[in-house]
Amino acid sequence: MTSLTAGPSTTRRRVSTIVWRVLTYLALVLIMAPAAWLLIGVLGRAWSHWRWSVLWTQLTPTGGGLRDQILGTLILMVGVFIIAGTIGVLAGIHLAEFTRAHRASGRLSGPLRTASDILSGFPSIVLGYVGYVALVVGLHWGFSLLSALIILSIMVIPYIAKTTENSLRQVPTGYREGAEALGMSAGYGLRKVVLKSALPGIVTGLLLALAIACGETAPLIYTAGFSNTLPHSLTHAQFPYLTYVVFQFYNDPSVQKHYLSYDAALILVVIVLLLLVSSRIVVSRTQRHSESSRGKQGRIFGRFRQDPSRAPEAVPNAGDLPLA
Amino acid sequence: MASVGGAAGRVPATPHAEYVGKPPAPRRVADFLRRNEEHAWRGTAWIAVVLPLAALAFAVSVLAVKAWPAIRVNGWYFLYGRTWTDGIGAYGATVHTDGVAHLQGAKFGAWAIIWGTVVSSLIAIVIAVPLSIGAAFALTERLPSWISRPLGFTIEILAGIPSVVIGLWGILTFGPWLAKNVYPAIADHMPNVPILKYFRNPVGGGEGLLSAGIVLALMIVPIIASTTRDLFQQVPPLPKEGASALGMTDWEVASKVTLPWVRSGIIGATVLGLGRALGETIAVAMIGGAILHIPPTVYLPFTTVAATILTQLDGALTDGTGFAVATLAELALVLAVISVGVNLLARLIINRTGRVGAPVGGA
Repeated sequence: MTSLTAGPSTTRRRVSTIVWRVLTYLALVLIMAPAAWLLIGVLGRAWSHWRWSVLWTQLTPTGGGLRDQILGTLILMVGVFIIAGTIGVLAGIHLAEFTRAHRASGRLSGPLRTASDILSGFPSIVLGYVGYVALVVGLHWGFSLLSALIILSIMVIPYIAKTTENSLRQVPTGYREGAEALGMSAGYGLRKVVLKSALPGIVTGLLLALAIACGETAPLIYTAGFSNTLPHSLTHAQFPYLTYVVFQFYNDPSVQKHYLSYDAALILVVIVLLLLVSSRIVVSRTQRHSESSRGKQGRIFGRFRQDPSRAPEAVPNAGDLPLA
Repeated sequence: MASVGGAAGRVPATPHAEYVGKPPAPRRVADFLRRNEEHAWRGTAWIAVVLPLAALAFAVSVLAVKAWPAIRVNGWYFLYGRTWTDGIGAYGATVHTDGVAHLQGAKFGAWAIIWGTVVSSLIAIVIAVPLSIGAAFALTERLPSWISRPLGFTIEILAGIPSVVIGLWGILTFGPWLAKNVYPAIADHMPNVPILKYFRNPVGGGEGLLSAGIVLALMIVPIIASTTRDLFQQVPPLPKEGASALGMTDWEVASKVTLPWVRSGIIGATVLGLGRALGETIAVAMIGGAILHIPPTVYLPFTTVAATILTQLDGALTDGTGFAVATLAELALVLAVISVGVNLLARLIINRTGRVGAPVGGA
């Protein structure tokens, strides 16, 4: 068949479409296969030697369990949640709500945001090195929980700030204007109306930030050191955590330690999965909420998400997770 | 504001309507708090936004101060030199150059390290970008949502897997598998011509540049793929439907409508992924082999800036003059400059090519 106009022939176009479809599916398979292999591999390696006592026995020089390492990772996550959560959410509020109104800070908002982005892309090992020089050596804190917490928090604050800012920007202007029209002061309206409706997005961002924090290794080696047991002080005591076990024990001479390394990898993956699934639950619950509460006039200041412009994309995506 | 008490849920319309004259003291305190709540928000939020930036400035200046002696002694040689010896264990004699103490025989040229960083990241980008775009197309344009949703969630899980776990899998499972089943097939058929000759034998044991590049690609795929997927979903359906109605094939709609629509966003996501790859430490330290030279073939061990900072610290601490540690600070400074440069480049590209679907910066 000859085509009437100049251009590629029908056969070529047909072939190019088939090739294109095959290539896109192939790309998907090439991503999914290693991802599935990775998850199954981690599970399989740990499962063949799994003993539950790993969860509640202490690490010894020859083997034992990972109780204090698990607790240490959880403590780090709680600390990061408190420090980075507070500062990050407030910073996000500033970037989303206060930068346009204030003329002086409005001029600053561009550079502030750029600097925040730079910090979020800053290599974690460099931050770890700075933590080592400034906190561990400079302030004589030694390898310790406090140094590790501060460096980890600095790492994830820009991420929390960004997700908070984005979810605050998704709140329609009408809500703010409505609050103001009802005579609320700006601060009261912010707390009761704007923050409340942005809360699911903020919470999701926090959960994902915790997933980053619990999987970090490089900066912790420089700031927390490592120990077999939990210390009793914030400073001057090396601190246990799971990622170090994965990183160091897999090429240890003792087979017992290899198993601990695989176990630690599995526990880390389980923690991350729990965080991701709970962030998903937050999203889906609020979406269901929006459907059931649509049209209920009495709940204007409840958790309202009936605005159709607030698509599921309003919540941050795990794909934005920094990996380094 | 706990002190507002039961009134917290009420809308404060006219604060003193029910009082004539001066309101009672608790009422005045509550009103004061309510009037000034905005100032409190503004103040604390301002502190919160400035604090991390102060930390960033502090970090860079700590690095600069710490690295200054190394910068003075190493000079430009640091950026192009191919010899990296810390002089520890050789003679132990301390000598002075420009008033900076360092061990005799210490010579720090980081070319091989910088080369390894850039090349491994480029390998990762070359692999990850086409895969991500293709997968994003399959997920958004072709597959029904009951398949694409769980697959999308799997990509998100991949983003959340700690890099040390990916490194463990890479060094124990994936690298050896590649070296046994994939690399020989490539290496045996490569002609001995420039560039391609780096893909010839020997293939090593799976620890090396190409393995690290592939694993890095796996780690940045979630960043690029999920951004690309979101961008595709933002493309309005009408132009695509119009193109289809005019008789365009899938490939033509994709290449003439969808991709141009989101180009700047994809470029931005790519550069962000590049930044992540450049700074990745643990996985590369585990899979790359951490050998301080440029590998003779792409399959053999190499190192990156981040991995070197991690693996060399213990050794550097044994240098009594502190010069080796200062050199690591210089290395960290180089990495920081590269990553900040890449990040600024991403923003520049996005600002230049328009704001459609830009994944970085404010919406």
